[in-house]
Amino acid sequence: MADSKKNERDRDVALKFDPKIFDLLSKFEEVELEDVDMELGDLEIWIQPGAVAGPRAVVPTVVARKAKPTEIIQMDFVPPVETYPGRIAEVKLGATKGDGGTRGKSVVIGGEKSPAYYLFENPTPHPPVISLDVFDTRIPLAKAVKMHFGEVAEDPVAWAKLAVDKFKADMITLHLVSTDRLIKDTTPKEAAKTVENVLQAVDVPMVVGGCGDPQKDLKVFEEVAAVAEGERLLISTVTLDMDIERTAKAIQKHGHVALAFTSMDLNQARELNRRLFEFLPKERIVMDTTTAALGYGLDYAFTIMERARLAGLMGDPELQQPISSGTTNAWAAREAWIKLAPEWGPRELRGPMWETVTALTLLLAGVDLFMMMHPAAVKTLKDVISELTAGTGRGRPELIGDWVTLKI
Amino acid sequence: MSEREVSKIGAKELSPIDVYMLLPRTNCKKCGQENCMAFATKLVNRELALELCTPLLEEKQYAKAYPKLWGLLKPPVKEVTVGAGDSAVKIGGKLVMYRHELAYINPTAVAIDVTDEMSERELLDRLRKTEGFSYIYIGRELKLNMIAVRSTSNDPDKFKATVKKVSSNAKLPLMLCSLNPEVIEAGLMVAPKTRPLICAATENNWKDMAELSLMYNCPLTVSAPNNLKMLRSLVKTLLEYGVKDLVLDPGTFPPEGIADTLVNFTMIRRMACKRGDELLGFPIIGTPIVAWAQKAEAPEINMWNEAYMASMLITRYADILIMHSTEGWVLLPNVFLRENIYTDPRKPVAVEPGLREFGKPDEASPVMLTTNFALTYYTVASDIESAGLNCYLIVADTEGHAVDTSVAGRKLTAENIAEAIKTTLVEKKVKHRKLIIPGKAARLSGEIQELSSWEVLVGPRDSSEIPKYLSEKW
Repeated sequence: MADSKKNERDRDVALKFDPKIFDLLSKFEEVELEDVDMELGDLEIWIQPGAVAGPRAVVPTVVARKAKPTEIIQMDFVPPVETYPGRIAEVKLGATKGDGGTRGKSVVIGGEKSPAYYLFENPTPHPPVISLDVFDTRIPLAKAVKMHFGEVAEDPVAWAKLAVDKFKADMITLHLVSTDRLIKDTTPKEAAKTVENVLQAVDVPMVVGGCGDPQKDLKVFEEVAAVAEGERLLISTVTLDMDIERTAKAIQKHGHVALAFTSMDLNQARELNRRLFEFLPKERIVMDTTTAALGYGLDYAFTIMERARLAGLMGDPELQQPISSGTTNAWAAREAWIKLAPEWGPRELRGPMWETVTALTLLLAGVDLFMMMHPAAVKTLKDVISELTAGTGRGRPELIGDWVTLKI
Repeated sequence: MSEREVSKIGAKELSPIDVYMLLPRTNCKKCGQENCMAFATKLVNRELALELCTPLLEEKQYAKAYPKLWGLLKPPVKEVTVGAGDSAVKIGGKLVMYRHELAYINPTAVAIDVTDEMSERELLDRLRKTEGFSYIYIGRELKLNMIAVRSTSNDPDKFKATVKKVSSNAKLPLMLCSLNPEVIEAGLMVAPKTRPLICAATENNWKDMAELSLMYNCPLTVSAPNNLKMLRSLVKTLLEYGVKDLVLDPGTFPPEGIADTLVNFTMIRRMACKRGDELLGFPIIGTPIVAWAQKAEAPEINMWNEAYMASMLITRYADILIMHSTEGWVLLPNVFLRENIYTDPRKPVAVEPGLREFGKPDEASPVMLTTNFALTYYTVASDIESAGLNCYLIVADTEGHAVDTSVAGRKLTAENIAEAIKTTLVEKKVKHRKLIIPGKAARLSGEIQELSSWEVLVGPRDSSEIPKYLSEKW
């Protein structure tokens, strides 16, 4: 019984989280500052008599040889700015009425001229965008996620609306997992119908994902591309084992964008982009070099993305596409969702923090588009992005100078 | 062009030839390498220490070459030792800005704070939690590393008593935190020879802090919030003063200043690694504890903010972090991240290949197969253990690659599986001849069957399904 009460409290805490994290941080001004000024003269007098006998003797003689400075020696600092020969492509997702679609707005990602958040060189041209996951059938969800989306799990239209209305999603990703032959084997026609219904229900730009079967996905994508003519959907995903020509042509013909997905290997990423360039302009390709969860290969994912971005900036034309991350993969880490001993905290907090840390790590590698799940993780990432986009000059040294004596 | 080019920006790219020219070039093999060129290559890759070349140290004719070599090979970020004895922690010593250029060394040390105004009970409880923190991840123990004793009272006597209590109850290295040199001195007096890290010298107190740092032979943190010009000036001044082991605190700012925080950390590291700036070539301290400066309606909100700020600083170059939360959900993702970021990207993480037994297997127990990629192996092992299964697991040598990549890259082949069946002597352990292979290696099944004459069963694609699979199929 006590356990279930605790769970309830944990859940309340988690629910309370999203909207308030930063509102509360904005009250930062209230922190009291301790007076830390001191009388330098007094201290010198106090120190000089060598109140402490023993260690004083071990002062290295080296020190004595030099004349000790009595004032601060003024030095300069010039930010270490570099220029890069390459630039990341800009890709527009979602088409508005004027643009041939029905979306309420479009988003643009990419366009970077510097590594992620090297704001001393260049501002971020377009803030990264977060797309919330919506599934077309019931799938196993972690408890921490289910409590937010459980009620709409069978209904992609209701799910999409919840994501947009309640959780303020800028984009949604409709995963057509039911098209998998081993799940429901939904036909391409039925799948396309679901896409149409969701497009009518919400007006944000959309990603449409398949089931990962290269043959089936091709058929589904051809159907979806046609019914969503001109909407500038991001078709997720095009892989090396697909009929690339047919897939790319369907995407190009109906005015969509391709998500080029490869395993964690830069040569594969280059190869796939190269092949797509035959059919699609740079402005219609986003790449995904695979996201592994924190603790389960995030280091590889991070480094491949960081290398891809640096190489693109250094002029590698085959790695100059904006990067997308399936950040929901963070939930593949068992530490995100299993019950651990009490000292590891409630999974209702541990889980979304796992997703948050996975996302923030990749944000710093250069990811432009995040596909995510948990509202608290989404909210945190969104707020961090907006703080970073607002730029430097807002840190207030007078408020934190004294973390040393901060009373908690 | 490739990302390799980036490492050349403004940096002296070290070639093995540069190093070789300064070595004795006698191919004496005392370092354990075949010749001086091989040794030079390992030195440049930071795989061996220069001191293994004993002639260089002992023979007069190399007296000039040694310091030159040391200058070539010394890391752009100085290595600083905090604490003494077994629990001493090394921080900094970074060789590169990006981990793919080589590898990061000296994982970010995480310090948990206590104050001189905490009740004895709370203080001891926090020490116990900090020192007792332990989580086993891919066979390694994840731990916390330091205790930061903060003086919130600004009272030397209270601080002295607290430092005394902490050092007699904890083994981890200490950071002594106060901007008042009188308070720091009081703490240092009761922690002699333990080399705590002093926090911090500022533009107001630097001279006294420098004296203390020299007097007690302790590393010193230099604090100049959001002011890198002042930070460089203070470092220059302190170096001239004779203090050698410094740690940089450019300030960690809560959300509205997060851009400043990241930009400062990034510029400092680039200045050190790419521009050879010795004044900024020191470890950096991050203080996610500032998340607690905000008055939140629930402490979980402070914890949440502290947790994610810590993670960004681990990725962006922090060598030490001071944190207040002791909650597992705050710390666990961060120590995982640290472990990930600090693995050597040159080496796939691998475990020993061979035969493992789980539970109490007998001659009728199932025999399964996996690869020796550590993440794969420990995931499979943990699924088997948590289900309490009795079975054998053949760990094939795939040079540390996962199942799908090793099948694709021909690191896992029917030949080496057949070989593994023989060398592990599993045929002596079981009477049946049935091998369960991972679902992702399904296409090898026919060939394995031919080569080994074992019957091959294709198991699940994810090891979490093993218990279910066995209960249905075995």
